Amino acid sequence: MISRLFNFRGGVKPESHKTESSGTPIDQAPLPKRLVIPLRQSIRSTARCLVEPGQKVLKGEHIGQGEGSLGTGVHASTSGTVVEIAPYPMAHASGLETLSVVIAPDGEDRWIDRVPFDYRKVSREEALGWLRSCGIHGMGGAGFPTHVKLGSGTGIDTLVINGAECEPWITCDDRLMRERAAGVLSGAMILRELIGARRVLVGIEDNKPDAIERMRAAASTIGDDVAVVAVPTLYPAGGEKQLIRVLTGIEIPQGKFGTDFGVQCFNVGTAHAVHRAIHFGEPLLSRIVTLTGNVAHPGNHEVLLGTQVAELLALAGPKADTDRYIMGGPMMGIELQSLGVPVTATTNCIIAASPTLFPPPPPEQPCIRCGECARACPADLQPFELYWFSRAKNFGKAQEYHLFDCIECGCCAYVCPSHIPLVDYFRFSKGEIWARERERTASDQARARFEFRNFRQEREKAEKAAKLAAKAAETRAKLPEAAATAAGTAAAAVAAEPAASPEDLKKALVAAALARAKQQKAAVTPKNTDSLSAETQAEIAAIDARREKRNTQDADKTP
Amino acid sequence: MLTAILIMTGIAIVLGAALGYASIRFKVAGDPLVEKIDAILPQTQCGQCGYPGCKPYAQAISNGEADINQCPPGGEEGIRKLADLLGREVKPLSEEHGTEKPKSVARIDEQVCIGCTLCIQACPVDAIVGAAKQMHTVVAPLCTGCELCVAPCPVDCISMAPLAETVETWKWKYPVHELRSAA
Ligand code: SF4
Ligand code: SF4
Ligand code: SF4
Ligand code: SF4
Repeated sequence: MISRLFNFRGGVKPESHKTESSGTPIDQAPLPKRLVIPLRQSIRSTARCLVEPGQKVLKGEHIGQGEGSLGTGVHASTSGTVVEIAPYPMAHASGLETLSVVIAPDGEDRWIDRVPFDYRKVSREEALGWLRSCGIHGMGGAGFPTHVKLGSGTGIDTLVINGAECEPWITCDDRLMRERAAGVLSGAMILRELIGARRVLVGIEDNKPDAIERMRAAASTIGDDVAVVAVPTLYPAGGEKQLIRVLTGIEIPQGKFGTDFGVQCFNVGTAHAVHRAIHFGEPLLSRIVTLTGNVAHPGNHEVLLGTQVAELLALAGPKADTDRYIMGGPMMGIELQSLGVPVTATTNCIIAASPTLFPPPPPEQPCIRCGECARACPADLQPFELYWFSRAKNFGKAQEYHLFDCIECGCCAYVCPSHIPLVDYFRFSKGEIWARERERTASDQARARFEFRNFRQEREKAEKAAKLAAKAAETRAKLPEAAATAAGTAAAAVAAEPAASPEDLKKALVAAALARAKQQKAAVTPKNTDSLSAETQAEIAAIDARREKRNTQDADKTP
Repeated sequence: MLTAILIMTGIAIVLGAALGYASIRFKVAGDPLVEKIDAILPQTQCGQCGYPGCKPYAQAISNGEADINQCPPGGEEGIRKLADLLGREVKPLSEEHGTEKPKSVARIDEQVCIGCTLCIQACPVDAIVGAAKQMHTVVAPLCTGCELCVAPCPVDCISMAPLAETVETWKWKYPVHELRSAA
């Protein structure tokens, strides 16, 4: 079905280091002593907490409700008691804390009632809603919610399942495909149906022959619109645009996405999670994590989400000279600032690093403009230009050179003979540009609000003035007639004069107003006095008497 | 000769009319320079520059009445941008107008608030909600940190807190690079 493969530009071939951990089967990690489950699933959205400290929860129970269109559900990974809801460090380069639910497992691992979800019987929206409430989001890269990636269900022709796993050291997807090929493909078929794609292409790097074979065997039972394709091993073949290019030949230009060309991409882990959610009614509670590097027993473990890295590492036994830990691969991963961070759905690998295994980079030297980085860049960028502009903090220029098409793959820094940490510069630039954008939006909003407030104040002033003017005009119009009545009743002497002076008119008006007020006061009677008890009436009478007395006293005092 | 003069005159009249029409039809509302300056100012609307808001200050700069170094919230970067725009020298922030501080937001101690509405009247961007004799509160995402609400509060329940770094606002730092000294 696939007649030929294509090449993407650039790429590098770092040592793969896969065999260390790929040999042993996936091991079920023991229940941790406690689970720290962050309510923030990604940088984009935080779930609303649904539990309280002290509450008992079951495995798979909802503990966080996804908020906004990008939010997904959060669940308890095992049964136990919620101990606290407090900030804990999160798996992020910043090492900042985020609100997390801490659960003390009760050791029983008791499930909620799991009911398979028949997605064919319900509408597409309901099926996406189910995936959303099951907390399914991308397990390969940025952790984008699956229900959002499934989009509107139109315009997608090819579904790409990404099993390339191109980063060195990581083998969790390899083991997953070798041991659970049927589940992965079943998930892929559900995704295909939900997105309305015609064909499914599974791309696997050719350094995983066993995985390819197992996946091919599983695919042969499904039909011929699923093809398992071995792609040449070249980092970063697992990049979305690169894999699409290799499999379909579509070159996605800068600033565009696969979906613009009818291709959508999901990770094999995500496909497997979809399979569990639909056919078993299980939310996303665990994932496979590779523990490797400078450890005694490298391997893959099925780990409950929320297990803290420190507890997990005991399974692999880091050696004595380990000086730091990397979450993710050596090319794109982040250095962990605390071992208290929990495993999340995107934690594919923990590498124990030692100075012998990962020697510290030699000092940075000036760029010699050799162009190696541009040759290695899979995104067709000119890293040395981006570096120049980032270093000079000339962010506008950096953007002109398509900074935001950089996938931070690290190929450029890998080949740079001057050992310039190019990606660090690009990340810095991107962060600054985003911050400026946020500031700009905030100041635009402030300007608009300030202008509106000034406008409102002006309007209120004008309205008040208009009201006063209208009232004054009205009174003036009434003046002669009021004067006539006042004159009629109050002073015949004034009436004798045919044209009363304005002064007199005003006096007459005041007199009339006073008289009206007096009349009104006398006429006022309490309204709710019909069905009062005798005592209350007596009480009211007493109060009235007191008030009367005081009034007369006041009147006496006033001269 | 006469034809040439007539033709030239005709062209002049037609083009003149076209230009005249265009100048009325496509008249730019407002003063473009003021808009450009205003776009650089931080819109904190704090009045520290000595003008009742950023726009009046922008107007004053464009009229040549005010210097470019009077806006503390805009800080050094703001001054640099203004200098770039106006082709002037960069100069340090004028001390009499204040110092550059980290961006803060106001917070009302809701237990203490007596509901006098004075802060609402002071806020230039309507970032405070409340009503007479009701508890008031600051809508933090709208607050520009201008501090204008702090002084009017009769029970001193408004404090300014610097914005904490969150995952959304966290940034990668500028790489520290050491150049190898020539051996
Ligand atoms: S590879 Fe390094 S030294 Fe060569 S051009 Fe790129 S940044 Fe400069
Ligand atoms: S990190 Fe960015 S610039 Fe460097 S090779 Fe990768 S895509 Fe290109
Ligand atoms: S000092 Fe305050 S009011 Fe003046 S321009 Fe700066 S932010 Fe705006
Ligand atoms: S709430 Fe206070 S500090 Fe914030 S914008 Fe309004 S007046 Fe300024």
